[in-house]
Amino acid sequence: MALVEPAANQLSLPPRFDAWFASRGWRPRRHQLEMVEQARAGRHALLIAPTGGGKTLAGFLPSLIDLTERPRPNTPRGIHTLYLSPLKALAVDVERNLMTPVREMGLAVTVESRTGDTPVSKRQRQKVRPPDILMTTPEQLALFCAWEGAREWFADLHTVIVDEIHAIHGSKRGDLLNLGLARLQSFAPRMRRVGLSATVNDPDMLRRWLAPIDHGPAELVLGDPGAPPVVDVLYSQGHVPWSGWTARHAMDEVYAAIKSAKTALIFVNTRFQAELAFQALWEINDENLPIALHHGSLAAEQRRKVEAAMAREELRAVVCTSTLDLGIDWGAVDLVIQLAAPKGSARLIQRIGRANHRLDEPSRALLVPAHRFEVLECQAAREAVAENDLDGDPERLGAQDILAQHVMGVACGEAFRADDLYAEVRTSSPYRDLSREDFDRVLDFVSTGGYALRTYDKFKRVIQTREGLWKVRNGEIAQRHRMNVGAIVDIPMINIRVSGGRGGGRKVGEMEESFIEQLAPGDTFLFAGEVWRFQGVEGMDAFVTRAPPGADPRVPSWGGSKFALSTYLARRVRRMIADQKGWPKLTGEVREWLEIQRLRSVIPSEDEMLVETFRRGSRHYLVCYPFDGRISHGTLCQLLARRLERLGKQPLGFVANDYALAIWGMRPLDDLDLDQLFQEDMLGDDLEAWLDESVMMKRAFRQCAVLAGLIERRFPGQEKSGRQVTFSTDLVYDVLRKHQPDHLLLRCARADAATGQLDVARLARLLIRVKGAIRHVELKRVSPFAVPVLLEIGREPVPGAAAEAILEENAAELIADAMELD
Amino acid sequence: MSLAEPIRYETDPAPRRAACGGVVVRVAGTRATLRGSGALWLAASRTLVVADLHFEKGSAYGVRGQLLPPYDTRATLDRLEREVEALAPATLVFLGDSFHDGRAEARLARDDAARIAALASTRTLVWAVGNHDADGPVELPGEVVDDLSVEGLLLTHEPRPGRAPGEVAGHLHPCAKVVRYGRSVRRRCFLTDGERLVLPAFGAYAGGLNALDQAFAGLFARFPLVAALGERVHVLGPEVLSGD
Repeated sequence: MALVEPAANQLSLPPRFDAWFASRGWRPRRHQLEMVEQARAGRHALLIAPTGGGKTLAGFLPSLIDLTERPRPNTPRGIHTLYLSPLKALAVDVERNLMTPVREMGLAVTVESRTGDTPVSKRQRQKVRPPDILMTTPEQLALFCAWEGAREWFADLHTVIVDEIHAIHGSKRGDLLNLGLARLQSFAPRMRRVGLSATVNDPDMLRRWLAPIDHGPAELVLGDPGAPPVVDVLYSQGHVPWSGWTARHAMDEVYAAIKSAKTALIFVNTRFQAELAFQALWEINDENLPIALHHGSLAAEQRRKVEAAMAREELRAVVCTSTLDLGIDWGAVDLVIQLAAPKGSARLIQRIGRANHRLDEPSRALLVPAHRFEVLECQAAREAVAENDLDGDPERLGAQDILAQHVMGVACGEAFRADDLYAEVRTSSPYRDLSREDFDRVLDFVSTGGYALRTYDKFKRVIQTREGLWKVRNGEIAQRHRMNVGAIVDIPMINIRVSGGRGGGRKVGEMEESFIEQLAPGDTFLFAGEVWRFQGVEGMDAFVTRAPPGADPRVPSWGGSKFALSTYLARRVRRMIADQKGWPKLTGEVREWLEIQRLRSVIPSEDEMLVETFRRGSRHYLVCYPFDGRISHGTLCQLLARRLERLGKQPLGFVANDYALAIWGMRPLDDLDLDQLFQEDMLGDDLEAWLDESVMMKRAFRQCAVLAGLIERRFPGQEKSGRQVTFSTDLVYDVLRKHQPDHLLLRCARADAATGQLDVARLARLLIRVKGAIRHVELKRVSPFAVPVLLEIGREPVPGAAAEAILEENAAELIADAMELD
Repeated sequence: MSLAEPIRYETDPAPRRAACGGVVVRVAGTRATLRGSGALWLAASRTLVVADLHFEKGSAYGVRGQLLPPYDTRATLDRLEREVEALAPATLVFLGDSFHDGRAEARLARDDAARIAALASTRTLVWAVGNHDADGPVELPGEVVDDLSVEGLLLTHEPRPGRAPGEVAGHLHPCAKVVRYGRSVRRRCFLTDGERLVLPAFGAYAGGLNALDQAFAGLFARFPLVAALGERVHVLGPEVLSGD
């Protein structure tokens, strides 16, 4: 690793900059100077520093210096520095923050932002007269790539800064961004790449991700670590529940913690959890503390209001979701409360970093477990934070649907030679191993749809000129592509509007269509901190009225965490359970629970997987404890159920949580060959067969189809509703699956389903880990460990429940069947 | 459509489960089998009726730059041939909108066109025209009609407004949505009040219109019986249906 010597005194800033630091009573930090040094040497550089370390300024300092030192141009110049942030709001906020030093030093530097919200007139002006520094988002970069004339526009590009790189590299947005960087590099070969990141487990991975592949990893600059955070687990005085996700039992103590702090951020894992916690806190808010709510479904205007009040230091607490994981610094926050377990240590550290943005003072955090296993999990997370043991997204292979979108964008921008673009794409880290065959397949997909039946050879979207250059067929197709760029596929949302009377039609926010679908007129539900009565849906709007005071909301059934327990934390939890010497550290109630488990069943060792079988009522249960997260457990349930079905065990149902899974049926399950049952070969045909029929696969296909441009999300002047997209892609999926099962998009969808929604890779690791390490006990009755997972039965919808079962069992059908002919 | 007077299942159309998994109903007195595929089988005259095939809908989008998989015609034919094989109809009726647009016939892949022609080789093939295919086919064999009468039923593409006893039509692509156990299922469906019958679309890419949509209001004397497609046809009462 080519770490620059931390010899700050050898490095210096131009006098104007030194004077500015001095005028503020600051000294440039070591890593800020090192970033300037890397820039002078013309190197790509990655800065990893905790929040509050002047990271953003460190990223921009070299550009500000270069812009003031460069000779006056004779002709107007293009963009010097492009700043990319995963958050629109952050791009705008950083623009504002950067204006302070620019103004105070009197620099002749123009700084502007450009997002989807920027007025058309300003965007057009920017195209003619670009600013020196432009703040924007990855989606805008994808759009730039599809512009005619982008090559000239970016010819002077000197630096590109990618912020919050840790939050974006492990996703399809990261793939698209990285391809965009490769494109920019071809426009401006001397362009320098700068990455800014929070602390991560594997900096080398990000260094490789940031720099062009033919160049070697980016130089690493490390900020000084801040004071280690002080993390406490709330061992509630009340009773710790057996299961659930609301942590309602601890609200009085959470309220007391808010009172003790200046300003608290209360993080939860889902929007509904946020709603419930917000309501629960206001029920006991005797002192009328200003406590606000912030999550992604609230109307943008309302979110802005909360953020502004926060910036003015008017609030004592905000209940929020991951929408506030990243973003604007709020100086006043001195306590972060995590309600229900954080599920991963990197996310927790990111959230803790939102408190106390001064490096010399420790951040303070309080973890509030929602149930007994979460007590262990929170304890594990606390230890992981203390040891700085971070989980994080693994290095990924670039997705081909994203590549298809990029290739189409390039074709809209300028004519290209296939050889050149292939070489360029291979400089992008996620695509470094892309084979020529796969590239050609993607190009064929973009051009003709990639079908064995060559119907579209006459209707190509991208055509080859006589000189062998590829370009978009016509301006209309290019225009339509530009309306559809980006790697974010929105979940279908429905507007929540107040119906009738005064303020009628006012939009309160948006909710997932899948939630609205479950409501019947008259149902009450919690949203934006109030209880509403559902009236009905018209088009994309759900109309609601305020429920009378005291009305009980209908709690949604799917309120559990949207994150699965991370591998790192899972391992720590297993170790903690196995290590009986450490039990005394836990609270009495949890210790007792573990002790009774030891008495009634067994405590598995760290490497064992416990399987319990027992009978309860007329049903026979099998419960096992892999601790490998809800998602891979759900997949395992599906596959085990298929196997048990084949063994004649007639399984009736199953349920899974982050720690365990349970399957039950009418036949005894004690006599199974468990080594056989958990054989890895279940990931072969069984998985394929189930996957192709599953709802997850259809969902994954819809995403891939939109990203690759097969399905358009927007038409000029008309937004296509998510509902319509869902409908048509299911039909397309069924047809394509039968007639060309190896089509590019089906392969993409399978890969996505396997990694994301089903976590097959993790399941595979699980099966390898437990091989020969299954500890089976037959029990006379249910064990203490089994209670939490069994309590989930009926609360969560069973993933992948057969569609037929939903249509069956209704009165009309029963009558028709009773009257069966023949 | 009024829920005030829901259908009474023990009287007309008196649905009965058929051995094939379909449902037998009476439409204006005529026995009609509603098949799980979405086809209508009139056993007495050995007539098989399918509506809204929308052949070459995929390539219609493709021509405009959205390259949908061009396999919808053969997917539709796969299902149609299975029905023909199972029932050996004497007459096969395409109840309009058989082609997605006026130029769809010319875009047919050669093998798909041959398969359609083969359907007419040993039986009468009737093309009732619809709004998407007002002229009927040019090259393909079969008889082109506006509507036709079979077993006392009037087979026509577009339902006439108001009540129309004895009419069998397509055009509206009815779909039923049921929400249960935290999931929703949307399926194509037949609609009948025992007087008239609306067929689901048979074409692989044909979209659907919710059975609770206003477009169906006024067609039926009372809330119709909803027969949703699947391996077995599911008879649904109004109480389990959801709007979109």
